Amino acid sequence: MAGGMSRKGTDNMKKITNAAPIFVIVVLMIIWESVVQIAGIPLYVLPAPSDMLRTFVTEFPVLLGHAGVTVMEALAGMAISFVIGVVIGILIDALPLFKKCIYPILVVTQTVPVIVLAPIFIIYMGFGYAPKILTVVLMCFFPIVISFSDGLGEMDAGYRNLVRTYGGSTFQVYRLVKIPSAMISLLSGLKVAATYSISGAVVGEWIASQSGLGYYLIRAKNGYMLDKVFACVLMIILLSLLMNGAVKLFGYLMMPARRKQGAKGQV
Amino acid sequence: MRLEVKNLNFAYGDKTILKDLSFTVEDGEFISLLGPSGCGKSTLLNVLAGILTPESGQICIDGNEMHGISSQFAYMPQNDFLFPWKTILDNVCLYGEIHHRKKEMKEEARRQMARFGLEGCENKYPSELSGGMRQRAAFLRTTLCEANIYLLDEPFGALDVITRGDMQDWLRELGGNLKKTTLLVTHDTDEAIYLSDRILILGASGEGIRREIRIEEKERTREWLYRQGALREEIHHVIKNK
Repeated sequence: MAGGMSRKGTDNMKKITNAAPIFVIVVLMIIWESVVQIAGIPLYVLPAPSDMLRTFVTEFPVLLGHAGVTVMEALAGMAISFVIGVVIGILIDALPLFKKCIYPILVVTQTVPVIVLAPIFIIYMGFGYAPKILTVVLMCFFPIVISFSDGLGEMDAGYRNLVRTYGGSTFQVYRLVKIPSAMISLLSGLKVAATYSISGAVVGEWIASQSGLGYYLIRAKNGYMLDKVFACVLMIILLSLLMNGAVKLFGYLMMPARRKQGAKGQV
Repeated sequence: MRLEVKNLNFAYGDKTILKDLSFTVEDGEFISLLGPSGCGKSTLLNVLAGILTPESGQICIDGNEMHGISSQFAYMPQNDFLFPWKTILDNVCLYGEIHHRKKEMKEEARRQMARFGLEGCENKYPSELSGGMRQRAAFLRTTLCEANIYLLDEPFGALDVITRGDMQDWLRELGGNLKKTTLLVTHDTDEAIYLSDRILILGASGEGIRREIRIEEKERTREWLYRQGALREEIHHVIKNK
């Protein structure tokens, strides 16, 4: 068709675009497998993807047990981060002086490596779940605060004025306009935080723990069982994607208007 | 309700926008405000709506002085400002939601939907409606405010010529039944001639009202409007200050 691509052509292009990342991953795996097989690299140096997958299947029940602990810590950390993020985000938006005081501190918390802080948390909080959850919080609350407060600030003043002229209070401006309009930004922050949450819990478990994927990872590494290390990494990746997907599902269920727009191809 | 504006002054920093502005709008009267860009038409509406605070002057309704946001005014800005995450029914009931009367207002809104050309749109979202329908929904939301004076800030400014004409016909027909005191800000001379009882032409910012034109014709049609060339020219000359 002159002047543009036909609908069928566009659909095909979309399919190719969607399949491209999978294709790249498959090619990389083939290269990795070939290099390990051809060069004869031993398992304790670099396992092949096939070794990793085989170990993942055989170790799956053990991994699942540890994953339960890690996911529990990640979910607890995410819940606390969500509450802290939303409260601080609203305070930053509502009180400019609070923003000036707190913003530099928030940035500083992100400049200190978590791996340095985790042992300190253990000194203060012991060997239970608390230091691991706190590690997750430290990694997750920042993207939530920043994205949510940015979302609140980006709202068109016309909506606020409309609610004001209708006699709405500051609380109603937030309830009816600001918070709903910042939901998309909040979800973006939650997606980032959800992806970090598993890694955060694993980092916390590295330092001192008796269960969890971080504990499994350290034990496997100390025993030079690199196939188990990689199988555990694969589990961490899958769980991180699952957490990200859960947030997407939450957004899908929470925003029916956006769902309808999406169905019409307007988003 | 009778609106009286007395010696109103407003400035953005050093720039005077409204200077000793005084005028009156009688009960049920439809007034259009015309004038060059930046003359303070929208600012005036924002001051009346309570969004902006004047430096001095009085705003009186039936002789009672108003301060800040007043429930007597229903303000409709140029953009429809429909909340994209709310259905049309929830959008038009915003006033009821704010004042904890959403349930009663929903019943009233359902009754009004057909009159506003929105039947069947109750559960649709703003993105599913055309520009004209969105403006009608925004106007329905304005009328449900239980206010006595409408402040309409270029409500059809963002629409195409055909839709705008349809909306003017619709508003003219509806306006006759609503019988509300209305202040309309517009750039469209024809719109002002077609809809108003009186046109106030503002001069450059701080200059005040340059001319007041009363439109006596009661039976207005599009054909009547096409024949108003002389009036159109007169208004144009006043705006251009020739």
